Amino acid sequence: MTASEQDFLNNPLGTKTTLEDVLDAFEFLDDWEERYAYIIDLGKQLPSFPDDARTEENYVHGCQSQVWLIHYFDEASGKLYLLIDSDAMIVRGLAAIILVALNGKAPRELLTTDIDELFEQLDLFRHISPTRGNGLRAMVGKIRDIAAAEAA
Amino acid sequence: MTDLSVANTANQPAFDVDSIRRDFPILSQQVNGKPLVYLDNGASAQKPAAVLDAMDRYYREMHSNVHRGAHTLGDRATAAFEGARETVRSFLNAESTREIIWTRGTTEAINLVANGLAPRLRAGDEILVTHMEHHANIVPWQMVAERTGAKVVPIQVTPAGELDLDSFHSLLNDRTRVLALTHVSNVLGTVNPVMELVGEAKKRGVLTLLDGAQAVPHYQPDVQALDCDFYVFSSHKLFGPTGIGVLYGKAELLEAMPPYQGGGEMIERVSFERTTWNVLPYKFEAGTPAIAEAVGLGAAIDYLGRLDRQAMEAAESALLARANDLVATVPGMEIIGTAAKKVPVMSFKIAGLHPSDIGTLLDQQGIAIRTGHHCAMPLMDFYGVPGTARASFAFYNTLDEVEQLFTALQKIQRLFA
Repeated sequence: MTASEQDFLNNPLGTKTTLEDVLDAFEFLDDWEERYAYIIDLGKQLPSFPDDARTEENYVHGCQSQVWLIHYFDEASGKLYLLIDSDAMIVRGLAAIILVALNGKAPRELLTTDIDELFEQLDLFRHISPTRGNGLRAMVGKIRDIAAAEAA
Repeated sequence: MTDLSVANTANQPAFDVDSIRRDFPILSQQVNGKPLVYLDNGASAQKPAAVLDAMDRYYREMHSNVHRGAHTLGDRATAAFEGARETVRSFLNAESTREIIWTRGTTEAINLVANGLAPRLRAGDEILVTHMEHHANIVPWQMVAERTGAKVVPIQVTPAGELDLDSFHSLLNDRTRVLALTHVSNVLGTVNPVMELVGEAKKRGVLTLLDGAQAVPHYQPDVQALDCDFYVFSSHKLFGPTGIGVLYGKAELLEAMPPYQGGGEMIERVSFERTTWNVLPYKFEAGTPAIAEAVGLGAAIDYLGRLDRQAMEAAESALLARANDLVATVPGMEIIGTAAKKVPVMSFKIAGLHPSDIGTLLDQQGIAIRTGHHCAMPLMDFYGVPGTARASFAFYNTLDEVEQLFTALQKIQRLFA
């Protein structure tokens, strides 16, 4: 299966599911179990990832789980669309949060979004901190590189 | 033997884990709002106050460079440093302190031996390792093999995680020059029949190295009884400081090996015409050594010496037995490595979960384990897993902590169900 333009545009994360939705939901989550159950659910919203895109070029070098990332820049709207895949459920959920914040945005707008601040707000900063080798930081770095290239 | 803790043992239960835990200050803290349950001892063990105090005292009262000798502090530092070497000699039952070389750790010790044996290796020679080695006991040999034309050949492992002795016997041949083998597997916990394998290798004149990194936290090896040529381990897994490890080598082999690094301390005389090497063990200890770390390692071994070894091993076996009993309480959980003889190390997977999911959610509950490939990628490939979750216990862990681990795993399993 190869990713079509439509696969990118249909990604609900950052379009149908907004950052406000996620922030609101977090307000009502009492303990870590509820928070992670929600994160795992968000991960299940990641659209299926095309098999033929699991290439070295699209691989995000993290530490433990495997992460792939592809993008599509929609010239008509000037917006950048992303698809992410991982074999670890929590990484999928955290990637979904990143997509909710960054997917379907104009590259320049994307570059002004502070993911560290968002993760701090959600009390998930440790997952994206430089000491945690789970690839999330590399994932965000790769997205920002793509946005910078498109914005240039 | 004026230490009260020794004098009192007669009146105390054989192994009082609560009192032992009080010797390890780091254990009494909270992580993520929960009492810390530290089950990552295979990666690095915690340090008793005796070690911290010895290093602190060393820096406060006796620090100076060693073997330079012109003043009192130098004498004190040298006495403490060489005293630690004697402590290690006695721990391993080596014949002489000449055979105890300080290294930065197991990895450096293996690199030193691999480099030292390189001049003996020829194209077509074989270095036998096993499929369950840590990368530290594979890669240095591969590097030397590349230089010399020798070949690194792995002994196969059975699905239970034991060495396949048929594979060993079929691979041991006239081309074999070195057998480099882990005493205990860091992933599986398997205790290998090293005595038997070393014996077989020696009959053919094959040199033997045992990687004791995962063995020494649980057993006290006797290098003369094992009759191996080299035995290596790291201090930090043996409740001592990081940055120091030990290479035991038979004196005649160490004598014949070229130095590893050049510099101060390792020389007898330097001139631009001819430089000569210092005697053992200094020939292999270029530069100012990790003095405080050596003192700390000595203190760790002394501390262990005050514990009842047999009771400690029994307590560790009880931890592993309890863990094995509880596996059935977590749906989809499977142990990787079910050898008959194991140290308390439990690698596992849970159906549908990535090891990193397990690690993250255990951490959330204050429980520290290791997840990933454990620097043993060939073994991960053998089991067809991207990595495992590994709980590795030490004598200061409690049965209650084992139960907490399983309660936490049940919660995680429900979260994903």
